[in-house]
Amino acid sequence: MFDTALSAADLWFLTKGAGMTILVTAVSVVFGTVLGIVFGVFRYQLGAIWAAPVTFVLDVSRSIPLLIQLVLANAFLGTVLRLQMSGFTVACMVLTLYTAAYCAEIVRGGIDAVPLNTRRAARSLGMTWAQDMRYIVMPLATRVALPSWIGLALGVMKDSALVYVVQVVELMKSTQILITRLQEPLFLLLICGLFYFVISFPLARFGGYLEKRWSND
Amino acid sequence: MIEIENVYKSFGALQVLKGINLTVPNGEVLTVIGGSGSGKSTLLTCINGLEKIDSGRILVDGTDVHAKSTDLNKLRQKLGIVFQQFNAFPHLTVLENVTLAPRKVLGQSKEQAREMAVKQLSHVGLGDKLDVYPSRLSGGQQQRMAIARALAMSPDYMLFDEVTSALDPQLVGEVLDTLRLLASEGMTMICVTHEMKFAREVSDRVAFFDKGVMAEIAPPAQLFDAPQTESLKTFLAATH
Amino acid sequence: MFGYTFQWKQALSKLPQMLDGALVTMEIALLSMAIGIALAVLLTLFRLSGNRVLNGFAVTWVEVARNTPALFQIYMAHFGVASFGIHFSPFTSLLIGITFNNAGYLAENFRGALKAIPETQTRAGRSLGMTPLEAFGYIVMPQMLRIAFLPMTNQMVWAILMTSLGVTVGLNIDLYGVTQDLNALTFRTFELFAIAGVIFYLITKIIQLGARLVAARLFRY
Repeated sequence: MFDTALSAADLWFLTKGAGMTILVTAVSVVFGTVLGIVFGVFRYQLGAIWAAPVTFVLDVSRSIPLLIQLVLANAFLGTVLRLQMSGFTVACMVLTLYTAAYCAEIVRGGIDAVPLNTRRAARSLGMTWAQDMRYIVMPLATRVALPSWIGLALGVMKDSALVYVVQVVELMKSTQILITRLQEPLFLLLICGLFYFVISFPLARFGGYLEKRWSND
Repeated sequence: MIEIENVYKSFGALQVLKGINLTVPNGEVLTVIGGSGSGKSTLLTCINGLEKIDSGRILVDGTDVHAKSTDLNKLRQKLGIVFQQFNAFPHLTVLENVTLAPRKVLGQSKEQAREMAVKQLSHVGLGDKLDVYPSRLSGGQQQRMAIARALAMSPDYMLFDEVTSALDPQLVGEVLDTLRLLASEGMTMICVTHEMKFAREVSDRVAFFDKGVMAEIAPPAQLFDAPQTESLKTFLAATH
Repeated sequence: MFGYTFQWKQALSKLPQMLDGALVTMEIALLSMAIGIALAVLLTLFRLSGNRVLNGFAVTWVEVARNTPALFQIYMAHFGVASFGIHFSPFTSLLIGITFNNAGYLAENFRGALKAIPETQTRAGRSLGMTPLEAFGYIVMPQMLRIAFLPMTNQMVWAILMTSLGVTVGLNIDLYGVTQDLNALTFRTFELFAIAGVIFYLITKIIQLGARLVAARLFRY
């Protein structure tokens, strides 16, 4: 169908790019989720006013383009602080905060969805705050939050395409490099899109499935 | 005139109408009673073509409702229907609820539609609620609005499908009063209902449906006081 | 404290140029939302049509829009279609890419919103003599747009943020593009992009505030 100059080595190059996409995503999502849960619970416990500084930082992270966040972090860490940091580290740091910002919202929504009376019942049985959180709130909130969290993880994966700006060669950048060399944009983009789709679609479907199953009861 | 000839209808394996024959002449008020699942509500939705029938014919003023060549949207303008659920359009005010179809379907001007709507809404006792949203109305008021909405299309026939069933008991009366008013004005009506007292009072004839069959049809005095079939006797005994 | 001297004055002197860029950014986002909403309604109708080809087309659109990066979609609009001899300007490519993304996400939002509207609403419209399309347009769609209003606001914010990707296809008149060009001249990277960030932040706040005002006016029921 396509008369292409794409070699096996090029395909391997793209696969490595996809591997980098997954790596950056995985690191950011893991740390971002932990941070997001901490922020989310923190915000819930303290109330809006005391949590305002954290809320503000997270809101900023959702309100300015990721590209700018990456450039700023890179400039600040490298030019201003003169730290020797790899692009990979900068990318993971920014994406972690970015993930945490959205994750905190999801966590808060999950906790809010647990009826207050259920929690009162738990506390009236003599459970401590920690026990209430661990045995009542967490299982119920997870149900509400998990589909959104899967959506978030996929969002981070797609947004990680922007870390090219701090010199990380992930899937999108690899594709672009090959496009420049081989001059077959459409074909290469289709392969690239296929990679993304293969990573994203099954997880997206799983999220949709969970949402459907859990919203029925 | 509405003519129903040997109509059969099933949902999957479930037969809900088994050969219904019925003629409703102009000016008649017919009430249809029967247990749940007797097919009486299905008949109404078949008359205005919201449901297809399996066999038989339904003619409205001689037009075959289920013929391919029939313009159902045109035909439905003749057949007002009001459902158990009020189906108020929540995003429109009471006035807009009533003027929407006359304007968009009949192509009336805003003023024309408004005039008609005000008339019909006053008729059902909602003349002071024109600019209110349905969420601010009680169930009975919403249902009366739905009646006014159907009347604003100037239909020749009105079909009522258990219009009081979803209402709180204290609100049933106001809706039934509206139906009584319509009946006294000579509107041709088919009312599916559980309100026996109402049926006895306003109907020219009452039809009793049982398991997809029209078991009895007679003037109310005869049907209620001298039921012929065992099933109707049982049904009436259970409703008292 | 830092071995770096901030030079805000120099960077701030470029503010007028950046604000011009911000206008272009808003223009692209607004256009992409307007067209995106229209397309999303169309895709929703395709899904409701019961026609397999139309439904398949809509589902494919939505899944591609949701499962690939926005950057990929913009590349497709610029470099991808170039393979067919179609060459869009950077502005057009960016607009197409964001619009495609908007339409896909919004169509999915609309699908969710439709679940909250009872089937009996359509039925009521049909029984008043409306065609299926009339019942959708006058009765279902207004309610759908209301339910999906918050997701639409979020999508608008994303559209604003996505305009920053225009630089990858050579756009240099939007806020990000202008900032990038200024940076190449002055090398005040941190200062310039920090200012751009603040402008982006303010734009999103204006949108969120505006959306609240619009909602309060439109949805009184």
